[in-house]
Amino acid sequence: MINIKDYGDYETAWCPGCGNFNLLEAVKEALAGQGLEPHEVLFVSGIGQAAKTPHYLNANVFNGLHGRALPVATGAKLANPGLIVIADSGDGCMYGEGGNHFLAAIRRNIDITVLVHNNQIYGLTKGQASPTSDRGVVTATQPGGVVSEAFNPLATAVALRAGFVARSFAGMKDHLVTTITEAINHKGFSLVDILQPCVSFNKVNTFKWYKERCKELSSDYDPSDWAAAMEKSQVWGDEIPVGVIYRNERPSFEESYPLLKEGPLVGQNVNRSKLAEIMDSYT
Amino acid sequence: MTGQKINILFGGEAGQGLQTVGPILARCLVRKGFSVHVTQTYESRVRGGHNIFAIRVGEKKISAPCDRIDLLICMNEESFQIHRDELTDDALIIGNEEWDIDDDRWIGLPFKMFGEKLYWNMAVTGIAAGLIGLDQESMGQVIDDTMKSGITKENKRVLAAAYKWLEEKENKFKILSGINKIQKKWMLTGHEAVALGAISGGIKFCSFYPMSPATSIAQTLINHSQKMGLIVEQVEDEIAAINMALGASFAGVPSIVPTSGGGFALMTEGLSLSGISETPVVIVIAQRPGPGTGLATRTEQGDLWHALHSGHGEFPRVIYAPGNVEECFFLTRKAVEMTETYQVPAIILTDQYIAESFQDMDQIDIETLPFIKPGADASEISVPYNRYWITKNGISPRLLPGLSKQLVIGDSHEHTELGHMTEDLTLRPRMVDKRLKKGDMLKDEAVLPEYKGSKKPEILFVCWGSVKGAVEESAEMLKSDGKKAATLHFSQVWPLYPDNFLKYLENVDRVIAVEGNATGQFAQLIRRESGFLIENRISRYDGLPITPDFIMGRTNR
Repeated sequence: MINIKDYGDYETAWCPGCGNFNLLEAVKEALAGQGLEPHEVLFVSGIGQAAKTPHYLNANVFNGLHGRALPVATGAKLANPGLIVIADSGDGCMYGEGGNHFLAAIRRNIDITVLVHNNQIYGLTKGQASPTSDRGVVTATQPGGVVSEAFNPLATAVALRAGFVARSFAGMKDHLVTTITEAINHKGFSLVDILQPCVSFNKVNTFKWYKERCKELSSDYDPSDWAAAMEKSQVWGDEIPVGVIYRNERPSFEESYPLLKEGPLVGQNVNRSKLAEIMDSYT
Repeated sequence: MTGQKINILFGGEAGQGLQTVGPILARCLVRKGFSVHVTQTYESRVRGGHNIFAIRVGEKKISAPCDRIDLLICMNEESFQIHRDELTDDALIIGNEEWDIDDDRWIGLPFKMFGEKLYWNMAVTGIAAGLIGLDQESMGQVIDDTMKSGITKENKRVLAAAYKWLEEKENKFKILSGINKIQKKWMLTGHEAVALGAISGGIKFCSFYPMSPATSIAQTLINHSQKMGLIVEQVEDEIAAINMALGASFAGVPSIVPTSGGGFALMTEGLSLSGISETPVVIVIAQRPGPGTGLATRTEQGDLWHALHSGHGEFPRVIYAPGNVEECFFLTRKAVEMTETYQVPAIILTDQYIAESFQDMDQIDIETLPFIKPGADASEISVPYNRYWITKNGISPRLLPGLSKQLVIGDSHEHTELGHMTEDLTLRPRMVDKRLKKGDMLKDEAVLPEYKGSKKPEILFVCWGSVKGAVEESAEMLKSDGKKAATLHFSQVWPLYPDNFLKYLENVDRVIAVEGNATGQFAQLIRRESGFLIENRISRYDGLPITPDFIMGRTNR
C-alpha cells in the first residue's frame, strides 16, 4: 500500500512561508491517494522556484529548460503513454517563456497534468513582473507599474476548449488535493492554475489577500457549459472563483494515434521485413 | 560506349511539372542499371520563376552535377535563353514548335498535339526518353508504379504519342548502350536516405517545424510512419521540436529533429540541454544560404561553425557531413548509434543540393542491419540507481523511466549522481570531466577521412560533405590531363583528429580546400585543430552546388 511517505521528505531551497510547501504536500497526497507508485509518475519541470518541486519528492523527473516543460512532457507521454506525466512549473515558465507551448499543448489535448504555481511574480530572479501580474503592480523592473494587461490562463484555456481547466489556492489544501486528483484522472490536457503567495517578492497578492477572495464554485455550477465557463474565467478581483471551471471529454491526443493502441512506442523493435518492403518501393 | 555521360536538363517554371516527370525518367534509367545524379534548383515560389531538374546519367558511377548540357528540355522559351550558352556542340534542344528558336540543335515539338498543358511535361519526357534509347514499355511501367492511379492512363497516352512522333522523325542522339549485368539499385534523394537510414537505425520519433530544405526528411518519415510504427509530430516551433524529441528520448524512444540553419538557431538551448542531461538526440541541419532568411531554396555549406559552436557550455558532440546518398543512409545510422551509446548529441549536416539530389545506391540486405535498443537493462543495474553515476569512461547506464521500479532523474542544472540539482562546487568539475570523457571515447569511433588518388600528388583537394563527388571528378579530370591529383574528403567533421589526416596534407605542393561557403570554415577548423594552413581555397556561395567545371576553372588559374 502506497502512502505519502513513499514520496519522500526533502530539504528545500524555498523561503519559509512559501506557498510551494503546501503545494508539494498536496501533490504527494494526491498521488499517494490514487495508489500511484513513484516509478509510475514522471514530473517534468522548467526553471523557477516552482520548477524545483520535482526535486523534493520521489518520482521520475526531467527538469529541463525555462519555459520548455510542456514539449518535453508531450514527447515523454507519446513515447510511453503508460507514464503519469505531470508538468510542474511557475507562471513565468508556463505562461511567459513557454506561452506558445501552452497554446499548442491545449490544442493537442495531450493527456498530461499541468500544475502552474501562480504567484503573479518572478521569485527566482527576485521580483520582476510575471505574465499574471495585475496592471499597475510596481516592481524594480516595472517602476512605473505594470502596463500590460495580465494574462488570463483560465480564459485562454477555456477559449481553446482545453480538456480540464481548474483553479485552486495553496491555502486551501483539501481543495487542492481534490483538484489535482481530478486533474490527474482526467483523460486529456488538464490545467490547474494554483494561486500561491510569494512571501519575499509579492507584497500585494499575499496569503491573506488570496484567502479573502478565493471562493469555491457553487455545487450547481456546470463545468461542461462552455459559455458559462468563459464568463466565469473572467471573474477576478474582490472574488476569485476556485474549482473546476471547465471540462470536456474530447479524445486525447494520444488516443488519436492508432499506432499507440498497439502499445507504447518505447520498447518497440524495428520491423526490418516491413522496411525491406518499403525499400523496394524506391527501385 | 563505356564511360559515356549525358546531362539532361529540364527547365521551366514552378508548376509546369518538372518534379513530376524528372524522377520518372531518372528512375527508369536506374532500373536499366545506369547511374544517375540529379540536381534540382528552384526559386522560393510555388508558381513561376525558373526551375531546373537536371539528370546526369552514365554507365559508370556518376557522383557530381555537370555544367554542360547535352539534352535541354524547355518547358518555356526562357529556359532556352537561360541555358543556350551551356549547351554542348552536339546537344539537342526540345521545346514548343511555336517558339521562334534559331538553332541547328533545335527540335520543335507540337506541344498542342499532346492535349492540355497539363500533359506537356510528359510529352517532352517521352521524347527525351526515346532519344536516349529508353523503351516506351519501361517508361510506362515507371508511370504505373509511381504516379497516382487516376492519372496514369492519360500520361501513358501522352507518352505513347511522344514515342510515335519521335519514330517519324530522324533525330539522332547519343543512345545509351545497354548495361549487361544489372545490379539492383535504389534511387533515393539525400533526405530520403537520411530518413530511411534513421528508421533502420531505430529512430521512432520525429518532431519538426516545416522549413526548407529540411521538411523532406519529416515527410519521408510520415510516409512510412504507419507501416514502421513512428510518431512524427509537426510542432509549434523549433524550440518545441528539440524539447519534445528530448522528452521522447528520455522516455526511451530514439528521436530525430530535422531543421535548417534558422530553425537550429532556435534549438541551440535544447542542444545544450541534451549535453548536460545526457539525453540522446539526432539533429539534421539541412543547410541553405544565410544569414537570416538568406536564400531559402538554395544550397550552401555555411553552417559548419554554427553546428560546432552552438549551445552554451562545454559538452561533446559529433557532427557528420555525408558526401552522397549512400553516406546519408549510413551516417544517419551511425549518428543514431553514437548518440544512444555515448549520450551526446549527434548532428548531421546536409544541404539543399544533396537533400534533393536523386542518386542511385546499390541495394543492401536490410534484414541484417542491426538497430539500436535504447537504454540499459534494469536487471543488470545495482540499486539504488543513480542516473549520472560517475563511471570510468563517463558513460552512465541510462535506465528508462517507468520501465522499472528505479527512479530516473534527468536535470538541466549541474546535478548530483542521482540527478538532483547541486551547488557542490567540488562535484561540478567531476561532472564536467565525466561528460567530456565520453568525447574522448569518440576517437575510436571516428569515421576516417577518405583519401583517393595519386600517392604523391601535386594537387590535393580537401573537402567535406556534399561536394565530395564534384571534387573527386575534378581530380579525375586533372589526372587525364596528366597531373597528379588526389582528394581528401571528410564525412565526419567533428571531432577532428590530426593523426587521421595530417599525414596527407604535408609534403603536397598545392593543397586546395573546396567548400560551399565564403570564409573557408572547414579550412580554418583544420588549422585550428592541426596547425596546418591550407593556403588555397575554392569557395562557392552563390547558392548553387559546386560542380567539377567550377573547380577546374579555378584550379588551373
